[in-house]
Amino acid sequence: MATEIGKEYVGVQRIVGPLVMIEGIDGVGYDEMVEIVSDDGKLKHGRVLEVGTKAAVVQVFEHTTGLSIGATKMKFLARPVRIPVSEEMLGRTFNALAEPIDGGPPPIPKDLRPVSGAAINPTLRHHPSDFIQTGISAIDAMSTLVRGQKLPVFSASGLEHDRVIAQIIRQAKIIGKQEPFAVVFGAMGLKHDIADFYRKSFEESGAGNNVATFLTLADDPSIERIITPRSALTLAEYLAFDVGMHVLVVLTDMTNYCEALREVATAKGEVPSRKGYPAYLYSDLAALYERAGQVEGRTGSITQLPLLTMPNEDITHPIPDLTGYITEGQIVLSKALQGAGIYPPINVLPSLSRLMNDGIGEGRTREDHRNVSSQLYAAYARVKRVEVLAAVIGEEELSEIDKQYLTFGQHFEKEFIQQAPDEDRSIEETLNLGWKLLKHLPVSELTRVKEEQIAKYLPKD
Amino acid sequence: MHDEPVGKVSWVSGPVVRTVETRGVHMLDMVEVGDERLIGEIIGLNGDQATLQVYEDTTGLKPGSPVYSTGYPLAAELGPGLVTSIYDGILRPLKALADATGIFIGRGVRAPSLSREILWDFTPAIRNGQEVTPGMIIGTVPETERIEHRVMVPPNVSGIVTSVAAAGKYKVDQEICRVRTPQGDEVSLTMLQRWPVRQKRPVARRLPADTPLVTGQRVVDCVFPMVKGGAAAIPGGFGTGKTITQHQLAKWSDADLIVYIGCGERGNEMTEVLVEFPKLIDPHSNRPLMERTILIANTSDMPVAAREASIYTGITLAEYYRDMGYHVALMADSTSRWAEALRELSGRLEEMPAEEGFPAYLATRLAEFYERAGMVETLGGSTGSVSVIGAVSPAGGDFSEPVTQHTSRFIGCFWALDKELASARYYPSINYINSHSAYTEFVADWWKKIGGEKYNWEAMREETVDVLRRDDKLQQIVKLVGEEELPDEQKLILDTARILQNAFLQQSAFDEVDTYSVPEKQLRMLSVILHYYHRGGDVVKRSIPIYKYQQLPVRNEIMRMKSRIPNDKLEEFDALDRAIDEQIDALIAE
Repeated sequence: MATEIGKEYVGVQRIVGPLVMIEGIDGVGYDEMVEIVSDDGKLKHGRVLEVGTKAAVVQVFEHTTGLSIGATKMKFLARPVRIPVSEEMLGRTFNALAEPIDGGPPPIPKDLRPVSGAAINPTLRHHPSDFIQTGISAIDAMSTLVRGQKLPVFSASGLEHDRVIAQIIRQAKIIGKQEPFAVVFGAMGLKHDIADFYRKSFEESGAGNNVATFLTLADDPSIERIITPRSALTLAEYLAFDVGMHVLVVLTDMTNYCEALREVATAKGEVPSRKGYPAYLYSDLAALYERAGQVEGRTGSITQLPLLTMPNEDITHPIPDLTGYITEGQIVLSKALQGAGIYPPINVLPSLSRLMNDGIGEGRTREDHRNVSSQLYAAYARVKRVEVLAAVIGEEELSEIDKQYLTFGQHFEKEFIQQAPDEDRSIEETLNLGWKLLKHLPVSELTRVKEEQIAKYLPKD
Repeated sequence: MHDEPVGKVSWVSGPVVRTVETRGVHMLDMVEVGDERLIGEIIGLNGDQATLQVYEDTTGLKPGSPVYSTGYPLAAELGPGLVTSIYDGILRPLKALADATGIFIGRGVRAPSLSREILWDFTPAIRNGQEVTPGMIIGTVPETERIEHRVMVPPNVSGIVTSVAAAGKYKVDQEICRVRTPQGDEVSLTMLQRWPVRQKRPVARRLPADTPLVTGQRVVDCVFPMVKGGAAAIPGGFGTGKTITQHQLAKWSDADLIVYIGCGERGNEMTEVLVEFPKLIDPHSNRPLMERTILIANTSDMPVAAREASIYTGITLAEYYRDMGYHVALMADSTSRWAEALRELSGRLEEMPAEEGFPAYLATRLAEFYERAGMVETLGGSTGSVSVIGAVSPAGGDFSEPVTQHTSRFIGCFWALDKELASARYYPSINYINSHSAYTEFVADWWKKIGGEKYNWEAMREETVDVLRRDDKLQQIVKLVGEEELPDEQKLILDTARILQNAFLQQSAFDEVDTYSVPEKQLRMLSVILHYYHRGGDVVKRSIPIYKYQQLPVRNEIMRMKSRIPNDKLEEFDALDRAIDEQIDALIAE
């Protein structure tokens, strides 16, 4: 990289939060990468956010601490932000710009790739339809994950989302297939203890050597988080589409990422839209989430599992809201379920997998999957309505059928949703369990399943 | 004209670029920016400074770079070859882009919308010496098995034909006709024409819209009907089933042609259309659906300015086929992403925002778009229509936000999707209380011809809506006291509403029989349910406990008729009607 020749300048005009304004420059391009040297010789990185004939606005990834008006050196590298990529990066831990922070030597790069990526041509996408068995009933039966999907987890602070995600990473598999897989873990603003939890979890499952981690901790400069997911996805694209691996990308926590974005927008003085987030938040998130899928002619795939915490458990907050509009469904965790002692606290009603219908059914899971899942949804939705009614008029006053629904609901939460953090249920077990629970309802209520399925799967006694 | 720069870049911020020393350009001219010749459009002029929006990623673009003008506004290439194709927002064929740059879309790639290589089978429809006026058909080309492409005299040309090509094979840019205009100019016409996308194509006059757009979706056709030439909105938060509803309408509506715009939406959804539509058979023509489909895919990760343009390119294609005398349905998923693109660009232009950061001209732009829908008499004298169905994605699922609110002023059909229905996997999740259709009266005559007096659509629809509304009110009471406390007459209302919801309004997109109902089947189903309801009234009047009525075996038949009785075996409904009478007569006789 030392061979790069760029333009170097000393002295800047203004420093505002994470932004540096520089004047008197020439020939600098939009989105170029910048190296910044502070007075005490520390190297920092940045990129051009806006450029005029003689002036530019540069966003500094690390803190602007230590930068001065007179002595700050800036070198414009005449190229966008790039990171090295290679298979050797698996098993290693990096900062946002893919520099190793685990004490090891830098891996030998196979290629240098710009982190911003490019849009995948929709005509060359391959429609995802391979069922991923996570071993968690609430996901497999109700919001099925398929390979190449982007399925975020909507959580709230205090919920056990890390445990759920670790369980998914440990248990996720394609039935009957052994293929090269990798996990790329992009952590933005993660607390130290959570980072340790994941590290241990990967090691215990023996997957440690298949995991590449890009880590920005909670006390690292927030602006680094803007690059972290991009670096993670850039490596994932290399592993999936160049090497041919099946890559699961975990991005946590997207809320921290969005806040960093807002910080920059505010410092720039942009017109804010909802809750102070910039108007381009949707486009920006889409540019990350759309970097998932399978493409024609390449064997690998990228499955994304981003995590975000909903401020105040509000699903209409701009971050979950815009995310839900881009991703192919969502897994929603609920404080009420966790409070009732249910793990995993997955609220199946607002959860959804948009690609589910292509990944299930005969030859993929089982022919009754779609119907039984739909029936469970309908029944559980009724349970929630009956619970509200029961709270008003008392359980005793409920009609016979409503009482049966309540019983079904209790069993559904305690037996179906609830499972141990190391319990790995096969899809067969999950679907049979669903049928067993439907036994609590009269057959005349089971209008979403077919008659021949009732004959075949509903337990006789 | 492409080689002399018309200005110099002075400032870059994402898709917005400013230039200086600009001359010889017009508002909305298409331009090429920098050495890579990125495609852009002029959206502001001030002295010698211009503001551009660029349709491609501007990474690396430097101040001082040259800007070239194409001399014309953003225009669509129109001609045979559009149907079955998939384009990006500025009408570049995505298949050609894939050949050029592989799985990721590269920059500065240029490809004509229409292939210059394909030879089309042209049959002339005019002769030498004939006088032609705008919109007249010069000749026809079989574009697909389903669509006959009618090559028309462009809207700004008229005169005497001085030569016309013989029947045979031609490329789109070969001359097929010459016209001498009244001014004495000779105009050479090809199968290819251009039209600026932001300008609506002219028509002879607008006609009243009174033919339903039959969608085969019962909640739409029977409760909130849409007309050919109408405008409809499908608002709904994420996960309420907007896309699946759009797909169902695109698959089954009886339009001649579908223009489907994926505006700022998911890449995989466009892929799904690409995979599914060639396999699905259109029940109206028995041909693959793809043969009547044009796709515009400007996915959410593609540049935002092209997303803004995609709505206009899409409706221009729709109008072009309308002018041939076709009934075109345009699906835009989602108009909110388009509105957000306006907001994003407006923000970068540092314009003063109105509501929630949207620019003040949001309502005007929405109105302009929806007003391009309509049933018309074309310049060529035939009848054609453009129906617009726009999905709206309100922030936080809140219908009071500006895009939903403004949209609802300009459309006739409002299919409000409901989060609660969707979470019970009840599709289509169209809320029957909050939705409305202004077209109900207009289509009543059409339905009268189908159903006659025996299956009176208007009366049955009225009764259905009435039961649903009374149910909605009663549910408020049920929430307080429980259903058991209600008298049997009211329980009968609740019961009938439940049957209507589950046996009629709910419709499975994945069930082969249920996914599409012909109008006759819809009427028969409604008639069966209402017959059962009326006979239920007889039961209740005689003070027979309602649970006996609810336990009749015929009820199960009613609940399952939607997927049991296929569109071509409607006589089976007669047996159902008889069974209802027999069992209820027996019950009363007990």
